[in-house]
Amino acid sequence: MKDFSEIREQVRSKLESVRDAVELSDFWQSYLGKTGVISGLMKEMKSVPAEEKPLFGKAVNDVREWAQELYRTKSAEIKKLELKQRYERESIDVTMPAFGIPQANLHPITIIKHQMIDVFAGMGFEIFEGPEIEDDDHNFTRLNVLKDHPSRDMQDTFWLTDDLLLRTHTSPGQIRTMDAKKPPIKVLVPGKVFRSDSDATHSPMFSQMEGLVVDKGITLCDLQGMLDRFVRGMFSDTAKTRLRPSYFPFTEPSVEVDVSCFECGGKGCPLCKGTGWIEVLGGGVVNKKVLENCGIDPEEYSGLAFGIGIERITMLKYGISHMGMLFENDLDFLSQFKA
Amino acid sequence: MKILLSWLKEYVDIDVPVEVLVEKLFGSGFEVEETVYLGKDIEKVVVGEVTSIEPLEGTHLHVCHVDCGGEYGSDNLILTGADNVFRGAKVPAAVVGAKLPGGIEISPRKMAGMMSYGMLCSGEELGIDENWQEGASVHGILILPEDSKTGEDIVKTLALDDYLLDISITANRPDCQSVLGIAREVAAFLRKPLKEPDYSYNCDNTGKPEISVSVTDDAKELCPRYLGHYIYDVKHFDSPREMKRRLSVCGFGAIDAIVDITNYVLLEVGQPMHAYDLDTLDGKSIIVRRAADGEKIVTLDEKERVLTRENLLICDKTKGVGLAGIMGGLNSEIEPTTSEILLEAAKFRRDSVRKTSRALGLHTDAAARFEKGVDEYGVEIGMARALNLVQKMGVAKIGASHFDVSAGESRECRMAEVSVKKVNSVLGIEVPQKEIVDILKALQFGVSENGDMLTLTIPRFRTDIENYQDIAEEVIREYGYSHVVPTFLDSAKVTAGGLNAAQNKELGVKKFLCTQGFYEVQTLAMYSRRELDMLRLSEDAPERRAVELLNPITDNLSIMRTTMAPCMINVISENVKTDHAAGRFFELANVYLPKALPLTEPPEERKILCLGAYGANESYFTVKAAIEALAAYNGLTFRFERGERPYLHPGICAEISCDGVKLGTLGKLRYEAVEGLPIDDGKKADLSIFLAELDYTALSGLFKRELKYTPDSGKTKIKRDMSLVVSKKTLCVEIEDAAKKASPLLSDIRLFDHFESEKLGIGKKSLSFSLIFADPAADVTDELADAQTDKIVAALSEQLGAVRR
Repeated sequence: MKDFSEIREQVRSKLESVRDAVELSDFWQSYLGKTGVISGLMKEMKSVPAEEKPLFGKAVNDVREWAQELYRTKSAEIKKLELKQRYERESIDVTMPAFGIPQANLHPITIIKHQMIDVFAGMGFEIFEGPEIEDDDHNFTRLNVLKDHPSRDMQDTFWLTDDLLLRTHTSPGQIRTMDAKKPPIKVLVPGKVFRSDSDATHSPMFSQMEGLVVDKGITLCDLQGMLDRFVRGMFSDTAKTRLRPSYFPFTEPSVEVDVSCFECGGKGCPLCKGTGWIEVLGGGVVNKKVLENCGIDPEEYSGLAFGIGIERITMLKYGISHMGMLFENDLDFLSQFKA
Repeated sequence: MKILLSWLKEYVDIDVPVEVLVEKLFGSGFEVEETVYLGKDIEKVVVGEVTSIEPLEGTHLHVCHVDCGGEYGSDNLILTGADNVFRGAKVPAAVVGAKLPGGIEISPRKMAGMMSYGMLCSGEELGIDENWQEGASVHGILILPEDSKTGEDIVKTLALDDYLLDISITANRPDCQSVLGIAREVAAFLRKPLKEPDYSYNCDNTGKPEISVSVTDDAKELCPRYLGHYIYDVKHFDSPREMKRRLSVCGFGAIDAIVDITNYVLLEVGQPMHAYDLDTLDGKSIIVRRAADGEKIVTLDEKERVLTRENLLICDKTKGVGLAGIMGGLNSEIEPTTSEILLEAAKFRRDSVRKTSRALGLHTDAAARFEKGVDEYGVEIGMARALNLVQKMGVAKIGASHFDVSAGESRECRMAEVSVKKVNSVLGIEVPQKEIVDILKALQFGVSENGDMLTLTIPRFRTDIENYQDIAEEVIREYGYSHVVPTFLDSAKVTAGGLNAAQNKELGVKKFLCTQGFYEVQTLAMYSRRELDMLRLSEDAPERRAVELLNPITDNLSIMRTTMAPCMINVISENVKTDHAAGRFFELANVYLPKALPLTEPPEERKILCLGAYGANESYFTVKAAIEALAAYNGLTFRFERGERPYLHPGICAEISCDGVKLGTLGKLRYEAVEGLPIDDGKKADLSIFLAELDYTALSGLFKRELKYTPDSGKTKIKRDMSLVVSKKTLCVEIEDAAKKASPLLSDIRLFDHFESEKLGIGKKSLSFSLIFADPAADVTDELADAQTDKIVAALSEQLGAVRR
């Protein structure tokens, strides 16, 4: 029986030498294609005696199937090889810089403002933003800062007319809130304020956050309890507050609030100037005259209020020594506040 | 305010160390800003007696043998260059190891070949002046009084063993602007009796010369109380050493006993006083009246002041003799020959004094007290104390002529009723009733108890006390804030907190811009007209209608901004200066737009989102990409059309809108504006600055409140490409608009290629768009898509002269 051993030998050696898909395709053409050597064998059928035809046909089919099998194996090998080469070719230096836009960040004052808002939001405070241009009534008179009183001098005011002014504090937000709604009130008023002084420690524009709570039975103890939670949220889990007497026309009693130094824990260090305490805000029990000025009965309700300098907290938190840096907007400075 | 400890001790026994006193003052609301020990920096300086003195041949030096008492030996060899030392003189001797102000340390020293073991000191070397010690300012060694004790520490001899406290007084406590005022507080917290100054005096005469004192009716408002007292036979001499020292340490020069007394009373009881030479008063009259507009007076500082009706003037029959509460007139000044005086103690209204003082730029100690407020009790004790000192010191005889002009305010103490419960309800703790009563009594309140109700007699000097809240503050500052027990709003209702939707959105927008590489900045809300000039705005540009500050601190910050552009340009300019090669910035802040000028109502505060970018990789399209991304982030699509701004590149400026709402502009800063920036020319050469200003107030109105999901129609959409040749001047947006109008099925049109070539013809460009055709109700067929494309091309051809390639 004919086994076409010559052809098989040719196929084997030819396939052996195939290196890529093109050569493989050539091989197919030469042997397995319509005009290929193996297909050509069928043409010899005519000259094969009739009784041998079936056997001859089978032998040709055998060699075709055998060759096809070899071809498939080779084909898989070539595919694998080419993929490997492609991966090698496409390999890059993954440590090279990317093309995207570098990430920027918010201004540190905005970051701290929102940290503060988060702490107070958890206590149930809403956020109200009032106008930056106020009138005498909202900024002073109804806050019990009366016209002939020296407390007016505590805040150097930028005037626009004899009535309109740039708000000197966020406290007018207290009045606007109480005009708009009745107790229970828990509101924060963050915003820009303006004072007509400018030196190393003052900017003519800065940011404050006012807080106001009005409800039944609010006391000085509540002010401290609430501010204890605030300083724990802002500074450290062990931070606490100290109250000491002060004066604001819109609160009575009025207090300055110190936080235990978060740098030294109260032992005394340069940050707290050796005292163990750092002044962070002012506040007090809302003066009953302010409640009355807003149509709230001080016999029924009482309140507490506080005002925090956002720049001061920002500087303390980030260790910024000069207030001016917050307004210089230099990229070296701005780009440091990512967290 | 400066308080000398030894002076304070005259009115209250202070048996605690100065540190404890300072702590207690702090705890009761009086922060001591500075505590200065007067003898600081002086060590091992004693009273030395010069036992012999010989000139050192060939030099200007003298060889002294000095007895420095027991501890430092009776024979110290000290050389001195001064000429005023003599045998037997008592002098300050700094022995070896001594320290002097200015960091000087004394060690054995060779002078002209001879060893000196110490130094004799001048007043200046000890840091004192003539007011403090006679002889302190002479050129030479300070010669001490003969009765000085040899060997005694000079700090003690010169009364430098004392403290000067600088105490900050809050605006509600004008009564504490004096030694007596602080003494009252100290007496209260130490629970010691207060020893009031001696207010007694006797008139030396019963005769009443022809003198008149009056306050005109229209001035009574500004001068509610005016006391005058006649003194005569005035002697002129130096005040006693202690008075001089007390005045000088508080910043007053000693002048003459009578003038010194007026200053002393100001410091001691807080009442400004003035002395008028009666001889200079025409008609021997004092008339307190408003100045006439334009009236002039020459004040003691020899300056002419021009006044208005708002200024209160002390006058005689014909002329002004003093600016009320601020400074006397030069014409009525006390002279060495003055023999008759009218002493003045008055209450002038604080805002009147403040206004006058500010208007004239004349700030004096007296004005400072009046501005903070004096009370009528202080007026009375001030006059009494001054007369007491006049008599005690033998300065003058006290006449019987006493004038008291009053607007009629009660001289009785005010009363108040408060319940202990109410006081404690403010504090939130239970201060025992006995404690409250004791505290109030220590603060000189009269207290009568009726159960829980306290009837209080308020001291006349406590004008700040009105109600239970004021009493609560008095109680807690004495009882101690450490008694406050923190509670957490136990009685308050639970409320919902946090940012509202708009506030959340705003924070989201800011954070999104950060992801686009924009750093948030903070700039001042004011600038000057120069910034508007820099923008090359026309004279009638709306931005020039700016709100002006009446009292700017500097011309650079004199108007409220009407556009953010100058602020952003400044930020970029500063960063270019500091060698940052590229930067992206944003600010979301207000501009202030007046509704009418001059202002009759608050201006509109409009929130503007301003973006700025510069650097080699920035172009109009990189910034546009960020703005489109911002729109997409908020579910919006912005429309860009050609725009115009005087400060932006005429060919690179877009007007941005959304759903027909104008939002602002984006463009490149004009070269003329770049040229004007205060940066090196080298850095300006390739500087391209891109600016966008978006009206955030308007933009936030477009934010979608609610989103709804739209399911896919399931209908076939077809995409087609369309390449056109158009005029170079034709805008992309014009083609998009016309195409959308021509085919209702066109759901999206997007430019994907563009080029210019000579082959296309002069002034032509090629634009290639991909078109998507969709119909929510039916499948779009190829035939339909082709027909629609043809329709679009036809329309573009007709309207814009476009030719399909």
